[in-house]
Amino acid sequence: MNPDQARTAIAEALHAIAPDIEFDDLDPDEGLRRQADLDSLDFLSFVEELAQRTGSQLTEDDYPALDSITGAVNLLTTRTHAVG
Amino acid sequence: MVTVAEFRMPSLGADMDEGTLLEWQVHPGETVRRGDIVATVDTSKAAIDIEVFEDGVIDDIVVPAGSHVPVGTVLAHITPPEPAAAPVSQQPEEPQPKVVRPKQEATKQKEPKQKEPKQKEAALREEVPAPRVRSRMVRVEAERLGIDLAAVHGSGPRGLITREDVKQAALHRRRARSSPYARRRASELGIDLRSVAGSGPGGAVRAADLIQAAQPVPPPAEAPASVEAEIPSPARVEAHGAEERAARQLAMRQAIGALMARSKREIPHYYLSTTIDLAPATSWLRARNAGQPPGEQLTAAALLFKAVALACREVPEVNGFWLEDHFVKSEAVHLGIAISLRGGGLLAPAIHNADTLAVAELMSGLRELVSRARTGRLRSAEMRDPTITVTNLGERGVESVLGVIYPPQVALVGFGKVVDRPWAVDGMLAVRPVVTATLAADHRASDGHRGGLYLEAIDRLLQEPEEL
Repeated sequence: MNPDQARTAIAEALHAIAPDIEFDDLDPDEGLRRQADLDSLDFLSFVEELAQRTGSQLTEDDYPALDSITGAVNLLTTRTHAVG
Repeated sequence: MVTVAEFRMPSLGADMDEGTLLEWQVHPGETVRRGDIVATVDTSKAAIDIEVFEDGVIDDIVVPAGSHVPVGTVLAHITPPEPAAAPVSQQPEEPQPKVVRPKQEATKQKEPKQKEPKQKEAALREEVPAPRVRSRMVRVEAERLGIDLAAVHGSGPRGLITREDVKQAALHRRRARSSPYARRRASELGIDLRSVAGSGPGGAVRAADLIQAAQPVPPPAEAPASVEAEIPSPARVEAHGAEERAARQLAMRQAIGALMARSKREIPHYYLSTTIDLAPATSWLRARNAGQPPGEQLTAAALLFKAVALACREVPEVNGFWLEDHFVKSEAVHLGIAISLRGGGLLAPAIHNADTLAVAELMSGLRELVSRARTGRLRSAEMRDPTITVTNLGERGVESVLGVIYPPQVALVGFGKVVDRPWAVDGMLAVRPVVTATLAADHRASDGHRGGLYLEAIDRLLQEPEEL
């Protein structure tokens, strides 16, 4: 998975949970939970969506990295490389 | 004689005095089973799918879609299933040319068996089915509403067109079928649902259809006067999109305001607060979640809520309703969950029998409830009967929340944020994750002593998370 694909997957997963959030307005280096006002349940659903869309295994240890767009893109690109 | 049941506008929470019947999901003659969704009702807060509580056949629909009526108003009559006798008919039997209804209707159990061969069936459907109307009233009504009877689907015995069918035809001409979620999205996007081609069952508009939605067209001018007095529906023309949203926001604020003002006026609240060591709970969660896919993971909320529900068994004075000057204890614990809606507002639907659910079941119930609350797909039973409510405002960063009780309930439990704090353990200082739990309770139903025991029970239960 390349960074663009990862970014698209993140945008789609976020849209599924928080349709009111404009993805392009988010700061990629800032906390996603705070910016998109996600509670822990929302965040879990977001990670679940993301795992489904990318086919990657995401666990609790990955959550800190997944809380920013940049972190999530990095994680997804390396993760999907390692697996595939 | 069979007794005909009355299906009434339900009260979906103490803040609801009246509701708008947005849409009927059934029509007269249709067989329904307990738990089926028969209608969608708009409260000032959300569109709620209303379930029916008995088996039977929809006899007649009293209140047409679009009507704004008080709680308790009879909306429809339901005839209970009779012991396999002749079909129920309100009209006396009389000779009728047999007209076959379209195949889709074959599942409707009330239909008399049709014996005509296929060709004849086709022929009958082809020609103008003039004899399908018997009552002059129906013709008068159709004329008044400008409805072509030949195009109306008859729901009465042998496909007879009833007055209700005519009204429904008039309504459907103006009101697009749609899911509550689609309506909400349409409202957000400022799209007129009637301008959207639906891809759902029966041409129902689904959220996905909205993406392709064209520019809205002006509504048909021949709107019948009898249904004109409806309140603003979520689907309106684009020009009213923003106005509509503002109006709905205002309505929700007013509903919350009215209920909370009533609570503060009528309920003598007392407040208690305690700090709970969550170290055992968080380490149990970490071990439990390790390596699990996100869909299987538990959050601290599931443990907290389970403890809240279980503790109600120990101190039943907090679980139930204050009704007509006395406390009515509830055996079941239906845990209301305060859910903040994206874009503002609050709902508190229930997880039923939360005390009996395993933590994982409670968690999946919670996920499902939150997602449906936010997409406007709650069911009436969930709105109606929470016996105690919990708010987990800690998710939004605050350390403590002192709640306002939802009447007629008598208690509300609040959790703040889980924070690491210096904590004395066995005479030594340690850093522990702790949470502030609060109780707002009704002094008419309990006193501070019992309330204190209740919070203490929650604390104790959370020290043994594996037992929850």
